[in-house]
Amino acid sequence: MAEEKKLFKVTIDNITVEVEPGTTILNAARRIGGDVAPPAMCYYTTLKGSGGKCRTCLVEVAAGSTADPRPMPKLVASCRTNVMDGMVVKNVTSEKALDARKGIVEFLLINHPLDCPICDQAGECSLQDLSYEHGTEGTRYTFNRRVFEKHDIGPYIQLHMTRCILCYRCVYVADQLTNRREHGILDRGDHSEIATYIHKALENDFIGNVIDVCPVGALTDKTFRFKNRVWFLKPLDAHRDCPRCSGKVTLWNRGEEVFRVTARKDQWGEVKDFICNECRFEKKKTADWVIEGPTRIDRHSVISGNHYVDTVAPKETLPEVMGGRKPKLLMDINQVSEVNRKDIDLSGIQGPAHSVDFEKENS
Amino acid sequence: MQALTSRAKVVGRKPMTFLEKLYIPVIAKAMGITFGHIFKKKPTVSYPEQRRTFSPVFRGVQVLNRDEEGRERCTACGLCAVACPAEAITMEAAERLPGEEDLYKEEKYAARYEINMLRCIFCGLCEEACPKDAVYLSETLVPSNFNRESFVYGKKELLIPHPLKEPEAYARARGERGS
Repeated sequence: MAEEKKLFKVTIDNITVEVEPGTTILNAARRIGGDVAPPAMCYYTTLKGSGGKCRTCLVEVAAGSTADPRPMPKLVASCRTNVMDGMVVKNVTSEKALDARKGIVEFLLINHPLDCPICDQAGECSLQDLSYEHGTEGTRYTFNRRVFEKHDIGPYIQLHMTRCILCYRCVYVADQLTNRREHGILDRGDHSEIATYIHKALENDFIGNVIDVCPVGALTDKTFRFKNRVWFLKPLDAHRDCPRCSGKVTLWNRGEEVFRVTARKDQWGEVKDFICNECRFEKKKTADWVIEGPTRIDRHSVISGNHYVDTVAPKETLPEVMGGRKPKLLMDINQVSEVNRKDIDLSGIQGPAHSVDFEKENS
Repeated sequence: MQALTSRAKVVGRKPMTFLEKLYIPVIAKAMGITFGHIFKKKPTVSYPEQRRTFSPVFRGVQVLNRDEEGRERCTACGLCAVACPAEAITMEAAERLPGEEDLYKEEKYAARYEINMLRCIFCGLCEEACPKDAVYLSETLVPSNFNRESFVYGKKELLIPHPLKEPEAYARARGERGS
């Protein structure tokens, strides 16, 4: 009985798309792509049970289905609502949804510290993008932001609880990807925080992936901490034969130095192939990897600045004109500059650099 | 050919008269202009003893600012470097150790901060980009020098003197500009 599956017709922002029954509105909108796809801070395709927490993906449903064309009374979370046949959804065309999103951004930012100049996530932070696109310029909140006791969760991962927006993605990663979850959300309400109940390091072969799934800078790579800003690094697609994981990664290089290794993210900022801790934290040499080529970065990202794709370097004419001689350099900046010195290998230091690391090489 | 402007003058090709051939009246007229300048106001000043007042929007050498307690404001966020159209700014960040709280304002600071003054075009975009009011362009010119190496300014050259330890030097460096 090979009966053909009936496809649901759904109209999102006046664009009609046919999707399989059981698809969420968010995924249907992502099929169309572009501005139509609502932003998502907590939903993650590969993580079961994620979504429904941040409320940034709220959309207006103007008509429930062909059978029952009444509009839904409230805005619905598109990541948790399945499409019906003949559903009419309004996202960017709905003033109500955009206004609600503005309020949600304000709520997310109530306790979020404005320490983007310090935060390592700056430049690739979903909350930065979201507040830039949907938020207001100022805050109306006048009270002190919540603070937490600092938790040390091991040599690889840095936890900044003040930046957390409680999306639960890292909890799902630990649950579904690793064989043992050691951290979770403690307490409730305003006091809820990501922590291990008894202070202990997160040790697991795949626990490094919580860094990639974190939409904000709450969980960052300690081996990359304060080393460089992401927009000064060059992302390269690379792979290696890893017995544990797929080995497909993005290297963040500066010259030959590998500053950071992350999993590859797709256009929605989601990781499809999770990588193991060894690939992420231990393999910080270009020689460890087979480089495939530069990663394509969205033109609107600050990371794409000065990264030119498909360009042809102009022919060097000077040696030809000068009879094969090289031009005489009046000053070699590498010999004068104190920055990027050969004798100090920043990427080789475990954890952030300190004043002692810089004083040491002066002597 | 049609003239491009209405002010075009036709050059006369007629031969010079006797007076013109003598050249003396023309020379006298020219010398009159030359000597006339002796009695006019001198447009030059003898720098550096005398200095002109700068316009309020003058952009001189960069200063790395400190806060009122003398802690460095810069957190090495890299926004000045990414805003710099001449790519003159480079930096390396470090984490503040316990006990260094009186040196650096925030948890992260610039261990190295360099501006290549040979590249800098004094556009002031670094000042505009700075979220921490840490870098601003002062009313001082970049001092001239004979070798290129001395124009790569590090933190030693850029950092403003300590406001509590050296208040006079701080006030001089700060000028009227710093906040």
